[in-house]
Amino acid sequence: MTSPRTLFEKIWADHLVRPETEGTPAVLYADLHLVHEVTSPQAFAELRRRGAPVRRPDLTLATMDHSTPTTPRSAGRLHVLDAQASAQLEQLEINCEEFGIRLFGLDDSRQGIVHVIGPEQGLTQPGMTIVCGDSHTSTHGAFGALAFGIGTSEVGYVLATQTLLQRQPRNMEVRIDGVLPRGVTAKDIILAIIAKVGIGGATGHVLEYTGSAIRSLGMEERMTICNMSIEAGARAGLVAPDDTTFEYIAGRPFAPAGADWDAAVVRWRGLSPDETASYDRSVQLDAASLAPMITFGTNPSMAIPIDGRVPDPSDAESRAERADLDKALRYMALEPGQSLLGRAVDVVFVGSCTNSRISDLRQAAAVMRGRHVAAGVRMLVVPGSQNVKREAEAEGLDRVFLEAGAEWREAGCSMCIAMNGDQLEPGQSAVSTSNRNFEGRQGKGGRTFLASPLTAAATAVSGAIADVRSLS
Amino acid sequence: MEPITALTSSCVVLPAENVDTDQIIPARFLKTIERRGLGAHLFADWRVDAHGQPRPEFPLNSPDARDASILVAGHNFGCGSSREHAPWALLDFGFRVVISTGFADIFRNNALKTGLLPVALSTPAHSMLLEQLAESPRAQVTIDLQTQTATLPDGTAHAFVVDPFARHCLLNGVDELGFLLEQDAAIAAYESTHTSRVCTS
Repeated sequence: MTSPRTLFEKIWADHLVRPETEGTPAVLYADLHLVHEVTSPQAFAELRRRGAPVRRPDLTLATMDHSTPTTPRSAGRLHVLDAQASAQLEQLEINCEEFGIRLFGLDDSRQGIVHVIGPEQGLTQPGMTIVCGDSHTSTHGAFGALAFGIGTSEVGYVLATQTLLQRQPRNMEVRIDGVLPRGVTAKDIILAIIAKVGIGGATGHVLEYTGSAIRSLGMEERMTICNMSIEAGARAGLVAPDDTTFEYIAGRPFAPAGADWDAAVVRWRGLSPDETASYDRSVQLDAASLAPMITFGTNPSMAIPIDGRVPDPSDAESRAERADLDKALRYMALEPGQSLLGRAVDVVFVGSCTNSRISDLRQAAAVMRGRHVAAGVRMLVVPGSQNVKREAEAEGLDRVFLEAGAEWREAGCSMCIAMNGDQLEPGQSAVSTSNRNFEGRQGKGGRTFLASPLTAAATAVSGAIADVRSLS
Repeated sequence: MEPITALTSSCVVLPAENVDTDQIIPARFLKTIERRGLGAHLFADWRVDAHGQPRPEFPLNSPDARDASILVAGHNFGCGSSREHAPWALLDFGFRVVISTGFADIFRNNALKTGLLPVALSTPAHSMLLEQLAESPRAQVTIDLQTQTATLPDGTAHAFVVDPFARHCLLNGVDELGFLLEQDAAIAAYESTHTSRVCTS
């Protein structure tokens, strides 16, 4: 009889080509490899140098998102930022053609942010291992798939062998019970978790999100939570699959169908942690105690309730932490003890693999409807995929945003990564639904406040950081 | 990959904690399809001011930095994005070793695979090193991967641990792909008993 296992342990055991020994890490099989233009060219070059083929092109899918422009297509054409970005996009086309990999390129109606299209196409399924040269691969964990980001060397290893060398990470339970108050969303949950665990607090761990608050969330909300697991240092985040998961997957293009579907659901129902399974660590959070969260500093753990006060570095527990906070407040032009409410912003960005799905756009639109983006504020709304864009347009959300004075863009990573033309100017401040507020992340000298789509929309119409709960 | 066994070098000290890969190499430099050439942009936004002028107070701009092979950083170095461009940029600038008290997982993995040795010292040893380098900025540190010891300027030796397999690869200048390609039979056996979950083609 096997001992009680966590969800992570079950998936891990099921993908061992070779178990780990003291001298050698485990050889772990990848069920799906997602590829994009930025972290793959050097990996394909290495394969070419060795004369190695791609072992399983049928388990590999490529798309374009990072250096992709999101400006509205004029006469059907996209305007790529510069020659270097063009060359990178073109190189992905060449590589996919040469190695026989399916590519959802810019002219494909399924193109979009890699972590939006995997689930949307039904490629992301419970119990799988999924890797991609992108740290936010943790997003796919919302389906009970073990999904993590890898570097370009590892992209090459997976292309060539469909496997990776990995030491087994530790396992941490993050339990969230209770009912979320009005105006509090999945984004606020994960910002609160990161603030509690710390920027490197989950290093070496895979997180498993459990509890009644997680169970009551839809799939897109679960994706928002798993997406930012990496911001606490975790390799991956997992939610055990349930009926919500199966309903989401059913009928999607790459989902199993007919008898295969029935067999898959039976298999997936076995993917929950055993009742007596134990974790290396455990943290708990009460959903009812949460408020909308916003970051004030230069890493995602520097977050406070939106009606809270910027902490005083002199209260920090260590000299290093004080230095870190001091530096952050200087960069953000904030004072200790200050409230963020009412602080003017230049830009509001709704988008990224964290918050660019249809439910995110619906939430933002609900706030924007009948209101107008404040004078002097630029608001970008960037759907996560061309599918999301079409769905939003069918519901008239594009009209809501455009009539409110926001920009309605093509699908891509946009202002989350600032390498495609969408970016802040030095000194500008933005409330952003993306995942990183590192210095210069949204453009050199730009200042980022991370928050939910509700907070972003409330800020856009107010012209300054606003609490959606007090919007009349 | 260049093998690494032992090296003795002066250090560049950048003691900030939680240095993320967006600082090590900002995203706008990731449009390249090459591995080389990124050293010119290492820590670009900290090295250069808004007018494109080098900030003289930034440690990497010191003339002494050019011949240092060791970067001494603060805790949780390399957090954030999975970009392997971060270790590529550090290597291209001339670093072979980064010393900290802890590294973000993906950064550490990427570094080990590209020939950049991440050395995690105990907090006391790391503090001693910072103090000694504050006193004598040009002092030399020896990193011996064979014995997994760091010898500080005062001559004290401190242990560090590197995964045995990664250590083997670094000492011999081989990457993991060769090993994985040799697993072909085991991979094929796995594939014959595990049906593919999806088909993208």
